[in-house]
Amino acid sequence: MQVGVVVFPGANCDRDVGWALAGCLGWRVTFLWHQDATLPKLDALILPGGFSYGDYLRCGAIASSAPLLRAVADFAAMGGPVLGICNGFQVLTEAGLLPGGLIRNRGLHFICRDQRLQVASCCSPWLCRFAPGDSLTLPIAHGEGCYHIDPPGLRQLEDNHQIALCYLDNPNGSIGHIAGVSNKAGNVLGLMPHPERACDQATGGTDGQVLFQGLVDRLGLS
Amino acid sequence: MTSAPMPHFHATVRVGLRASVLDPAGDAVCAAALRLGHSAIQSIRIGKAIEVQLEAPDAATARRQLESLSAQLLANPVMETWSLELHHQEN
Repeated sequence: MQVGVVVFPGANCDRDVGWALAGCLGWRVTFLWHQDATLPKLDALILPGGFSYGDYLRCGAIASSAPLLRAVADFAAMGGPVLGICNGFQVLTEAGLLPGGLIRNRGLHFICRDQRLQVASCCSPWLCRFAPGDSLTLPIAHGEGCYHIDPPGLRQLEDNHQIALCYLDNPNGSIGHIAGVSNKAGNVLGLMPHPERACDQATGGTDGQVLFQGLVDRLGLS
Repeated sequence: MTSAPMPHFHATVRVGLRASVLDPAGDAVCAAALRLGHSAIQSIRIGKAIEVQLEAPDAATARRQLESLSAQLLANPVMETWSLELHHQEN
């Protein structure tokens, strides 16, 4: 399994993602600089968490115009699996690859804790080891994770089974308790929780591994 | 022969959350205002003002460039609205 991990200035979870995927799952990881214009041959692409460009203007706004994002959009348009984690999710919404947007948490606090979640739809290949209604625990760590979309957009997400994960106790005020959404095709997934931080029992759980292993199953790779 | 210098413009783009979007920071500032005795305050919404300097052959062109920039980058139409003030500056 050959995965690319995008590196933006200000990202701070790229090495965590690399460690989890290479160290825990044996994937081959290539780090991709944001100024690159082309991608090597990859099976999947991950946009990690952090504070790309210092979160200036809006979280993910400046990263969404990075040269590499055009290549990411092309990869996604061809059906390539793309996962945005936390700030990576914000970048994907800002780039228009995922619907909606992320705003300041309702209670203004930066929330850093383990979070119980429920799978709403497992249409995305990243979630194919889950069934709707399954619960899992993944860490969250964000100040701007309140998912927002207008009512027609929310209805569209529901109708197209694009709501992937929901919070069980909605810590940040997200509309519809939404913790993650996919694009209509399912290959692009964005999550506020951090699956890469739940890949080793020594760091508090392995529910995140299930998500990554699901993609391997779906792609028929190892 | 030298060509005439391109006119300079100064613009202020004001970006704010859509009325339907929660603004917890604005609510927190409103609560502080009330604590300080500003009892007439009914609500506070926080946005940002972005100052832009640019060159353009005329005001209409400057406005078009700024509208494009605002819609594409300065504001996210999913959750924000924006407005524009444009001023010509003497060179």
